Order: sequence, then C-alpha cells, then structure tokens
Amino acid sequence: MPYSSDLDIRVTDSSLRDGSHAKQHRFTVEHVTSMVAALDAAGVPVIEVTHGDGLGGSSFNYGFSHTPEQELIKAAVETARRAKIAFLMLPGLGLQDDIREAADNGASVCRIATHCTEADIAVQHFGLARELGLETVGFLMMSHSRPPEVLAAQARIMADAGCQCVYVVDSAGALVMEQTSDRIAALVAELGDDAQVGFHGHENLGLGVANSVLAVRAGAQQIDGSTRRFGAGAGNTPVEAFAAVAEKLGIRTGIDVLKIIDAAEDVVRPVMDGECLLDRMSLTMGYAGVYSSFLKHADRQAAKYGVSGAEILLEAGRRELVGGQEDQLIEIAVALAAKSSSRKS
Amino acid sequence: MTKATAAIVGSGNIGTDLMYKLLRSETIEPRWMIGVDPQSPGLKRAAEEGLHTCAEGVDPLLAQDEKPDLVFEATSAYVHRSNAPKYAELGIQAVDLTPAALGPAVVPAVNLGEHLDAPNVSLITCGGQATIPVVHAVSRVTEVAYAEIVASVASPSAGPGTRANIDEFTLTTSRGIETIGGAPRGKAIIILNPAEPPMMMQDTVFCAIAADADRAAITASVRATVERVASYVPGYRLRAEPQFDEPTAVSGSLARVAVFVEVEGAGDFLPPYSGNLDIMTAAATEVGEGFAERIVSRRAAS
Repeated sequence: MPYSSDLDIRVTDSSLRDGSHAKQHRFTVEHVTSMVAALDAAGVPVIEVTHGDGLGGSSFNYGFSHTPEQELIKAAVETARRAKIAFLMLPGLGLQDDIREAADNGASVCRIATHCTEADIAVQHFGLARELGLETVGFLMMSHSRPPEVLAAQARIMADAGCQCVYVVDSAGALVMEQTSDRIAALVAELGDDAQVGFHGHENLGLGVANSVLAVRAGAQQIDGSTRRFGAGAGNTPVEAFAAVAEKLGIRTGIDVLKIIDAAEDVVRPVMDGECLLDRMSLTMGYAGVYSSFLKHADRQAAKYGVSGAEILLEAGRRELVGGQEDQLIEIAVALAAKSSSRKS
Repeated sequence: MTKATAAIVGSGNIGTDLMYKLLRSETIEPRWMIGVDPQSPGLKRAAEEGLHTCAEGVDPLLAQDEKPDLVFEATSAYVHRSNAPKYAELGIQAVDLTPAALGPAVVPAVNLGEHLDAPNVSLITCGGQATIPVVHAVSRVTEVAYAEIVASVASPSAGPGTRANIDEFTLTTSRGIETIGGAPRGKAIIILNPAEPPMMMQDTVFCAIAADADRAAITASVRATVERVASYVPGYRLRAEPQFDEPTAVSGSLARVAVFVEVEGAGDFLPPYSGNLDIMTAAATEVGEGFAERIVSRRAAS
C-alpha cells in the first residue's frame, strides 16, 4: 500500500542524527541550517535532528554535544519549509521532559528506540508523544539479533502503546537481503492496519540500498537513510543512491534525484569530517553484529590503550553488547591491554 | 530479647530474597511475611521457614497486639505510599525498597549513620546503591563537578515496575548522585541487556575531576569504598582499575575518572546474575541491622 496519494514510501534523512556519531556530536547551528535547507529543497520529507544517541545523549558515555541538541532542533524547524523535523529518544537515557521540550521547539515526529527485545520500556513515552500530538515512530534496534516472530511481538507492544510506524532497525548493518524482508514481512503481518512498518539500514556489509528495496517490496512504507551515508559505522543507506534506485524501480519517494545528488556533494560532504567508509572496522561491525555507533569509541580506546580496534569490536560482539553500552568498550580495551602486556613480560 | 522483630511486606522475588538474608541476621528476627495472594510462592516459603504469613495485606498485622519493630516494604511505590503513614503512626521504622522515595535516601556505605532514627528511609534504586558510593569516594578526595553512571542489567532481572516507569529510575538515581554522592550535577543511564546466559549487573561511574586531581588518592578512596560496600554485598567488586582521561573536546573539556564495578548476587533466592536485586536486599538488611541495634539497645536501657 502506498504511503500516501503522492508517495509510495516516505524517506527520513537521519544525517543530522545518525551523522552525529560520525561527527562525534560536534554539529553547530550552521551545519544544521545548511543541511536542512538543502535536504528540504531536494524534497526530503522528514529530517531527523538530535544527538546521535537521542535526546539527553550528551554525556561522558556517548560524547558531549558541541551545541545543545534542542538548539539544533529549533534551528532545523526554523529552516525547513516543507520537511517535518524528527527527533530520536531512548528510554533509560532520555526523559519524558526532553520529549516535551522538543515538541515545544517545533519538532513533529517523535522516534523512540529500544533494544529489539525491550519494547515495553517505551510504553509511557509513546503515550506522552501521542498526547502531545506528535507523530510516533518506534525503533527496534539490533534487529539482526532476533528472529522475525520475536520482532513482530515486540512491534505489537509498541503499536499498542501508540506507535504509528515500527522500524526494523539494522543498527549493526548485519542484515543480509532476505533476513531484512522476512523481518519486515513478519511485522507487516502482525501489525496490519494498526501501524506502518519501516526499515533503517546501515552500510557495514554494503547492503543499505539493496536491503531497503527488499524492505519496500516486503511492505515497508517508511525508509531511513543518510545523505552521503553520513552516519555511524560505514554510514547509513545513502539517500541520494536510494532515491535514484527507487526512481528507476518506479517507487515514488518525492525526492528530486539530481538535487539530492548535488546536496550530498556540495552541502553535506563539507560538513563531514571524512567519508563514512566500508573499512576494516566498519566491516568487522557488520560481520560480527556490533552496534554501529561503537565505531568512534572503539577507535579512541584502541588508540589510548594500544590495542586492536577490531579486537575490541569482536569482543563487544561476543559479549552481545547492546546499543548504549559504550562504557564497556573501555573495560574491554583495558582487559586486552593487560592480556597483551602479560604476554610480553 | 536480643533481636528486633521484622515484617517483610511484599512476598514477591525481592521480599523472598530478603527473607533469606534476614534469617541469617544476628540482630533481626523476620517474624512475619505479608502478601496479598494466598497462592504466593513467597508466602509458602516463609511459612516453611516458620514465619507467620498473611495474605490480606498489612492491616491485620498492624491491628494485632504484637507489632513488629521494623517493616521492610517490598511491594510497589503505590502500595508503600498508602502503608507508610500507618507504620509511622504506630512508630514502626520502615525500610523502603520501592521507588516511593518518601523518607530520606540512604546508601549504607555513605550516610546510614545520619538516618538511624528516621521513621522511614528510601533505598533509592539498585543503580544508586551500586554507584553512589563510588561517586562519594571520588568527591571526598576532590571536587566532582558532574557525575554520570551507566547501569547495565540483565533483561530478566528488570521487573514490570521498573519497565513501566523507567524515567523514575533515572531521575531518582540522578538525584541520589547529587544529594548523597556529592556531585552538583548527576546523570543516570540504564541499559537492559537480553544476552543469554544473562549478564552480571555492571555499573560504570564517570566523574568529572580537575586535570591535576590526586589520582592515587582517588584510586585509594575508591578501593576503600568498594571494600566497605562488599562488607554487606559480598558480590560487589571492581572489574578494572579506575581509568583516568585527560580533557578532550568530546569529554566536554573535563578530565575524568571511570570506575567499573559489577555486582554478583549471593543467590539466596534470586539467580546470581541479578546483582541489581541482590544489592537492594543486601542494603536493606544492612540498614535494618543498623536500626535493630538501636532498637535493641534502647530496649535494654529502658
């Protein structure tokens, strides 16, 4: 079923939220206004702006924001002419008061994320968001780690709590082709008309666009991406490539392909510290099923303790760490360093 | 009589685990277990251990002639708000394991001595019990402008109450970091991890400190505090040496110390991975024993 009479699917650009990880949370008001203006002009219908870890993410554990995220949200709302501004929040980190503040600042889409087995910690937050008149989206993070039927049951909890679209979120960029469409299909079957289904892909195995197309074919009505892949790990599904592919397949996204190609090159790329690459670290994350935003943290700890960043990530995968446990990467690095020094002595 | 008598109100997992700890106490005699469901396995276990049980709530207990010296409330914040005034009226000291936060917050390793005569004390949250002592250990050595804790607990050990109101956990814990830990600004983060087999409760404490703070003194203070907590929570330990970081742009231009602890439960009733629950029942026992000593010595003097 098409998303609306004009769009087959609705795309949300996450480069000003997921990209916050790659930028180590150093976004400024100027970055936000330039990117929102360009994405909006290219016809991107929803633009997400928040600290990478959602509202309240500015911290020792995840990195302090250069500019308070609520100021960034305000700037985005003031800049956008057509696009809706979305924000992310994770219960256990962000608070209901943070949602109220973002709504006061003019954001209109509230995206609430939990690990894919813990949907019931978000019930209050969905209820509040709906009360405030916000559109709601639910994120089942690390969806590769559980089978379709488990995700469908968790999606039901979110939908019953007031979530209007539940996303299969491939936080580790670890889903491969049918693993994506099987999960989407299970959610579509479970939710029926009660809520839409969406897909959020990462590029850690180079499959963001392909997985997204399969998600659409399985019934997803909302797709996330980041222009120029600006996101955690190897980055997100590139919006400009997805828009081009969608057009060739006759899927209407409402995004002007040539304009978004220009925006990616001329506006987004200059804001980035570097390209989001499919290199040893990010490929290891996709391969080992590790939360993409661990990348920069693992890099930093590897440098500080003189250990292998890839080994830190592999151990994070073995421990089945979930999103938010960045603190554990330090302890893993300390343990690896102790092991290597005892080997030397 | 050399022991203070106690009633455990709430016959769920926490109440049951607490009972086994109190049965070992030298100063507290757990004499009653109160529930609301006659089929409750907790009441059955209590009866097997020789406690008087009642499945009709707390009113019959409070109406009888023989009243407990102490109550341990392991019900819910809602029930405790209704029960607390009744205990207070009868002069029964209450140790509150729910998030109701009616009385002063107590972390035994830090401030129990200040509240030994309080009619009602709150045990904050499991994350608070595990991390506030560490914040305090750092803040007694050097100024801590900001402290942040990350509590990771195994999914099966997070009950429906915590899940339905997770903001309460973060808010109550941050307040404890500030008022008891000694940091002007506190932040708490809770993560639920469903890994199988379940992970042990793990907590990380980050404190913002001056770049030139005495790091050896901080480490020594943390070690002493961990030992003190371990005296009543045997499974409480450091997972690594405290780690120091110089100020960076991403750290908000503050130097910091990071302390990593884990809590292995004693396995009295709950599985050892649920250190988050064990630290609550262990702290409740420690607080209750502090109360009991005063009660017994007052009785001996009169």
